[in-house]
Amino acid sequence: MSVDVTRFHSVFFEESDEAVTEIESGLLNLDVTAVDSEAINTIFRAAHSIKGGSATFGFQQVAAYTHVMENLLDDIRAGKRSISQDIVDVLLGSVDALRHLLTFAKKGEQMDVQVLQDYLHPLELIMSGGSAAPSPEAPADASSATQTDEDVLIGWRIVFTPHKEMMLRGNDPLRLIRELGEHGPLEVICDTAQMPEWELYEPLNSYLGWTLNLKAPVERAVIDDIFAWVEDECDLALVPILETSAPILETNSKVAEEKKDSPSPSQEVLEPAISTPEPVQDISPKKAPTAKSTATSSTESQSIRVDLGKVDALINMVGELVITQSMLNLLSEDEALQGMERLQQGLMQLHRQTRALQEGVMQIRMLPISFCFSRFPRMVRDLSRQLSKDIELVMSGESTEVDKTVIEKITDPLVHLVRNSVDHGIETVEERVGNGKPEHGTVWLRAYHQVGNIVIEVEDDGKGLDPAKLLDKAKKKGLISEETIFNDQQAFELIFLPGFSTKEQASDLSGRGVGMDVVKRNVQSLGGSIHVDSTLGKGTRFVIRLPLTLAIMDGQLVNIGEEIYVIPLVSIIESLQPYPEMVHKVTGTGEAIKLRGQYLPVLRLTEALDAPAGHDVSALENGIVVIVEHDNRRFGLFVDDLSSQQQIVIKSLEDNYHSVQGVSGATILGDGRVALILDVGGLAMLQKETEETYAQVG
Amino acid sequence: MAKILAVDDSASMRQMVAFTLKGAGYQVDEASNGQEALGKAKSNKYDLVITDVNMPVMDGITLIKNLRAEASYKFTPLLMLTTESGADKKSEGKAAGATGWIVKPFNPDQLVSTIKKVLG
Repeated sequence: MSVDVTRFHSVFFEESDEAVTEIESGLLNLDVTAVDSEAINTIFRAAHSIKGGSATFGFQQVAAYTHVMENLLDDIRAGKRSISQDIVDVLLGSVDALRHLLTFAKKGEQMDVQVLQDYLHPLELIMSGGSAAPSPEAPADASSATQTDEDVLIGWRIVFTPHKEMMLRGNDPLRLIRELGEHGPLEVICDTAQMPEWELYEPLNSYLGWTLNLKAPVERAVIDDIFAWVEDECDLALVPILETSAPILETNSKVAEEKKDSPSPSQEVLEPAISTPEPVQDISPKKAPTAKSTATSSTESQSIRVDLGKVDALINMVGELVITQSMLNLLSEDEALQGMERLQQGLMQLHRQTRALQEGVMQIRMLPISFCFSRFPRMVRDLSRQLSKDIELVMSGESTEVDKTVIEKITDPLVHLVRNSVDHGIETVEERVGNGKPEHGTVWLRAYHQVGNIVIEVEDDGKGLDPAKLLDKAKKKGLISEETIFNDQQAFELIFLPGFSTKEQASDLSGRGVGMDVVKRNVQSLGGSIHVDSTLGKGTRFVIRLPLTLAIMDGQLVNIGEEIYVIPLVSIIESLQPYPEMVHKVTGTGEAIKLRGQYLPVLRLTEALDAPAGHDVSALENGIVVIVEHDNRRFGLFVDDLSSQQQIVIKSLEDNYHSVQGVSGATILGDGRVALILDVGGLAMLQKETEETYAQVG
Repeated sequence: MAKILAVDDSASMRQMVAFTLKGAGYQVDEASNGQEALGKAKSNKYDLVITDVNMPVMDGITLIKNLRAEASYKFTPLLMLTTESGADKKSEGKAAGATGWIVKPFNPDQLVSTIKKVLG
């Protein structure tokens, strides 16, 4: 029977990735001055596990590499080599190498041998440089040692005397004899001399001994193999039977030498008749660290791996179920059904259960944000060493759960922010000391939940942003007009403007702004927002707010003519019916309302989206204006009427149709109708375009 | 049909062992560490236990020690999965009561033939 092991590859790669991360975080948390043996054990175990798997599944390069890593770790573990910061650094480097190797293995490719050698070099340097050079294992195949050239081997005489307790280790002498018999004709002579008196007989013990004459010229290694498991549990004498028939005693010395090198045998080559072997008592468990069973990792939890596609299909199906359920709810409002109490109760129950089911299913996609945070300790450590800064990263809320897609997409922006904080935010040690700040800077990375959102903060206690400089720069670049008056907060937000900063200039200013517009765009594409606040000389804090999930959202349903649209609740500031005197018409097509002294442009959705169905009402004062905000910019959306607020399941428009500016997706309502979900950001752009058209006209 | 308990913290190794042995007609249960294995072994009777050595929570050697102390596992073959570099582990495991070991890397056929020999 042959098994195709490739089917286990994906599991192997997943667990290897986890193991690599485990090694990395283990190394990062390692305090070189007070090494925790359990921590080393954990790192060792992870490397060991990758090695075992990669060798089994045929990824020889990975196996070869982890083998060297493992040897080094084993030396450290056994106390043969003390760990230093340099070793930690090399091991951290090997984590990267391992990731690289695994990437190759995943593609089924081999890494260039030279590259592999380069990766191996630092490890080997440590291994060879240390005092405890690992004894090269030399139990070479010595099977021929007992055969002399002149004589022809025709078989083996084996005197096999199990120790009394052999069977208590699960080894059955008969099995071994049977196995021996598979290699050729076997003559078995039983020795019952050790059988005790009947009353002393202990049924669990083994009292028999055997002389076994195997009439086959097999290699010694074959016999060694058969008895390998029991070498410590029996007395074994192995004598080659040569053509000249008599066992040759002169082979003794050779074998005795061989015995010294080889870690294994307690076999003795002796004339069976004169062998009265003493029980071999040489098991000296080296003071290997007795692996205590207290190896606890805080993230220990039962889990199964499921293909993401399956989960998404399930979520989608539950989404459909929710729609069907709301449809039933709608139907149940029919007067004819009002009297049927049990039906109503049942529907109510269905309502609760579908909600619970939906929530439960959504949970499946949720992962702790530590999946994303885990890379930062390493990054901050490397960067601060590189920049000769003393920076501590303090993380909190790593167990906060977020949708998997959110984690995937937020990682890059966060890397950017943290890098900026370390690179430009935190001052050099001299500057800090000069400013009376503590020598070591701190970067905080926090995650927490806040009313249906997840909030991620990146904060540093560095030099902060200088609003005056920011304004100055923005004006110079022509991003804002000379006469614009900004408060500090507005000035800080300038860093998110596209083209605000380029790399060279980044460090002249407070150093922020490198691609901040990209960060902002990424966050917004997840339906989130980013804000910055800062105190000059004290530090800067970025606050990112993200929806918990991308698959459902709270929406406000609005009516326009025959159609229903959904406005994301998070974007809505307020809704109002304007008094006629609030409405101002601007030349051309523009309309605005004056609200609390501020003019807000109003967008007519049907026109903006070029929708066929017109408004039921035409004057603003007869309908409702929904004030929405995007990018700190407010404007009104004119709708006929407000409908209900509800949780809606988002369906992609692009997947089923094509993307439309101002529309982010669609949903199916309880009555089976399709409603478009408005994209406030996209509408803001449309609105701006109209406004600019005016500006030119006016 | 003989019942086997396969213990390994690495899911890929464990699944491969289990899959291979199931294919050879054995009934196989899985456990991801010694602790879990011990629990399963106490509530079931296995004809053979095959365990990894390096595992979190409870390692394979401790598992073997504990299993040997159970009356119902006095004679049961308990095998360790070790690596070629684990000479210390072999003797440590033997001292704890292991029947024998299978050296990683191994291929599925080797595994089956060894298990077949042990179970007769």
